[in-house]
Amino acid sequence: MAILKDYFRSPIARVGTILLLLIIFIALTADWFFPGNPLRLAGRPLQWPFVNPKFILGTDQAGRNIAAQLFHGAKVSLIIGLVSTLIAIIIGVVIGAISGFYSGWIDDILMRLTEAFQILPNFLLLLVGVAVFGSTINIVIIAIGVVSWPPVARLTRAEFLSLRNREFVQAGKTIGMSSTRLMFKEILPNALPPVIMYASVILSTAILMESALAFLNLSDPNISSWGNLVGNGRLVLRQQWYVSAIPGIAILLTVLSASLVGQGINDALNPRLKKR
Amino acid sequence: MNRKRLSIKNLTITLPQGADRKYAVNDVSLDLYANEILCIVGESGSGKSLLSNAIMGLLPDGVTASQGEIDFNGDNLLTYNEEQMRKIRGAHIGMVFQDPMTALNPLKTIGKQISEMFTIHTKLSKQEINQKVISLLTDVQMPNPLSVAKAYPHQLSGGQRQRAMIAMALALEPAILIADEPTTALDVTTQACILALIRELQSRKGTAVLFITHDFGVVADIATRIAVMQQGKLVEQGFANEVLNAPTHPYTQALIAAVPPLTPGDVRRINKEIILEVNNLSKTYHNHSFFKQNRRTTYAVDNVSFKLHRGSTLGIVGESGSGKSTLARCIIKLLEIDNGQINFENVDIANLKGKKLKHYSRHIQMVFQDPYASLNPRRKVGDQVTIGPILHGITKQQAIEKAKALFNMVGLDSEALNRYPHEFSGGQRQRIGLARALALEPKILIADEPVSALDVSVQAQVLELLTQLRKQLGLTVLFITHDLRVAAQICDHIIVMKSGKIVEQGIASQVFLNPTAPYTKDLLDAVPGKGWNPHRLIDMSPAIHI
Repeated sequence: MAILKDYFRSPIARVGTILLLLIIFIALTADWFFPGNPLRLAGRPLQWPFVNPKFILGTDQAGRNIAAQLFHGAKVSLIIGLVSTLIAIIIGVVIGAISGFYSGWIDDILMRLTEAFQILPNFLLLLVGVAVFGSTINIVIIAIGVVSWPPVARLTRAEFLSLRNREFVQAGKTIGMSSTRLMFKEILPNALPPVIMYASVILSTAILMESALAFLNLSDPNISSWGNLVGNGRLVLRQQWYVSAIPGIAILLTVLSASLVGQGINDALNPRLKKR
Repeated sequence: MNRKRLSIKNLTITLPQGADRKYAVNDVSLDLYANEILCIVGESGSGKSLLSNAIMGLLPDGVTASQGEIDFNGDNLLTYNEEQMRKIRGAHIGMVFQDPMTALNPLKTIGKQISEMFTIHTKLSKQEINQKVISLLTDVQMPNPLSVAKAYPHQLSGGQRQRAMIAMALALEPAILIADEPTTALDVTTQACILALIRELQSRKGTAVLFITHDFGVVADIATRIAVMQQGKLVEQGFANEVLNAPTHPYTQALIAAVPPLTPGDVRRINKEIILEVNNLSKTYHNHSFFKQNRRTTYAVDNVSFKLHRGSTLGIVGESGSGKSTLARCIIKLLEIDNGQINFENVDIANLKGKKLKHYSRHIQMVFQDPYASLNPRRKVGDQVTIGPILHGITKQQAIEKAKALFNMVGLDSEALNRYPHEFSGGQRQRIGLARALALEPKILIADEPVSALDVSVQAQVLELLTQLRKQLGLTVLFITHDLRVAAQICDHIIVMKSGKIVEQGIASQVFLNPTAPYTKDLLDAVPGKGWNPHRLIDMSPAIHI
């Protein structure tokens, strides 16, 4: 509870949390405000925002309601962000934990594997994944998760390396704890704070990566994601810029809120900042 | 009486809101005279370090000297601004810190760092400065001053670094030298040299030294006058002889009573039966390097053999790097050994693994040095004590009952099981560590410097608890320490280690009273305050007979 109090003491964290809650609210109420398929044709194409009260944020070039796509897109973007972050964290933590705990040849093999992933640009790897396995939303989410784990693994490994020789771990060993128990029940809770903080970075890059894919028309075209909306708007960018700009702002705010929350968590967990 | 150099009048230092108490230093008045060493003694949190920081104008943010004055040369230092303070620091008041490694800049040579003192405060030429640096290094009895001036801090030993710090502090011949625990991070033999050096320089130059320490042995060696602080208050001050031998304040009396005497207790009758026998144990570390000539093999433990009698307490003493902790970790199987046998009740456990090892290893448990690092900060202490027995196959309910009994045994409230480690003090944590080790009902308890991180009064309590438990449970104890006073109190046998080898072993009283190895003699000579044996005000640890 003390941590929560520290967390909310920082204005950065408060702004971030409010923004994030707002986006979650939008995602949850999408079906209530805009029932039905957001991708259906709703009216005359390319209506400017705030002109027609039926389409507050206007319509795109196919005549679809931008507000409806925005609300439903929030859900998709959040799910993409959360699930692929979860995948990246699980893979990264397991590999990093094993690598840091055992060291020796196991560490060598796992770290070479991690480096192999790291030397390739994430996005290129993601493109290859989508090109090979297709671009349904599930594949996109898994692919983003799979290309994002190497930094998590390195971070976890570094924490484990410094924690595994602590006396409380040695004490655990002498009272007969198994390696798995030592790794996941004793060391991991102590290694997790920096990883949780880093999760906010992965969350924002995951949302950005999906948008970038969609911009290149490589994401799942059958769902209403913000990236798809930006990508479609590209064709009419010079005259009807609002089609790309509105979801663009939504992406900006989501990424911003995630990193503000991450920053807040970091500050709350950092004992050196707490003293001030 | 000599000239008054510094006069602290009714000084009060206020802590920021939310700290555990309001004043770090409460209404303290002190005078420091030329040509004396004034020792400020106190336990951690007594405010002694903040007092010295206040003199140097180095109080941390949020901490302020709210009342009183610090008179130096007729001026109140508390009214000085940063600019004025800078002229005082170094030139008029020098300071030596506890850890010379962090106080020196790792990227500059020793000579360069000392010469900075002159370039900042004087207008001497480069050549004159270089000469001064060399003569200073000679003054602090640095071996080979010319090469040391060109060396970087990491190339020197701890003792040499502290000499360099002292040379730097004394460069401009300040009237006052403040030394904040200058020997705490050093080995005893090095500590003895540094203390002798400070005393020698002080009497030659007539400097007024303010010496801050928690160690009464050091005080007995060096002090002219003593001031004792408790919880920010000055409780007693007077000449060394009076305070050491006839303390008037109860707190001083208690502190002095907690200093273990160097004479070993009465000989106990020891069981003949051998519970643990270590034969020719060796542990080496290799430095894997691509180039052959850089490869090194370090013998952390080198061909060590000893026997441990059931129910006895064996002390392993030595300075840092002597291999005593490595030896303990080999016996408890935290480290793989290269060679040798570890016979526990006539079974060689050196090469056992997995389930077989688990069966034996519960009989040998360990208490660790650092009470802050040895408990998992994210688990309730109750869980940490019960998990051992649960892993060895008893039910959770039984384990909790057992933990409650153990907590009572080590002098903690059984309600405390549901709390987290950060809610306990250092001494309490060490009790929890003891309870965790005892939960498995071990036959041998290995204690690795269990009291060296604790204040002297808490140290006495934990040692008392250990002796009491030893009697109550019939434990065999392997006690590792660098502190010969502590070893003298509770050990039946002593092993003296140096560079991985045993240089002497025998019955405690023999080793202490008639040491045969020259190294043991050196160690005993270096114990701070060895000439001072306070008469016991409280009999802390009566010798225990079986």
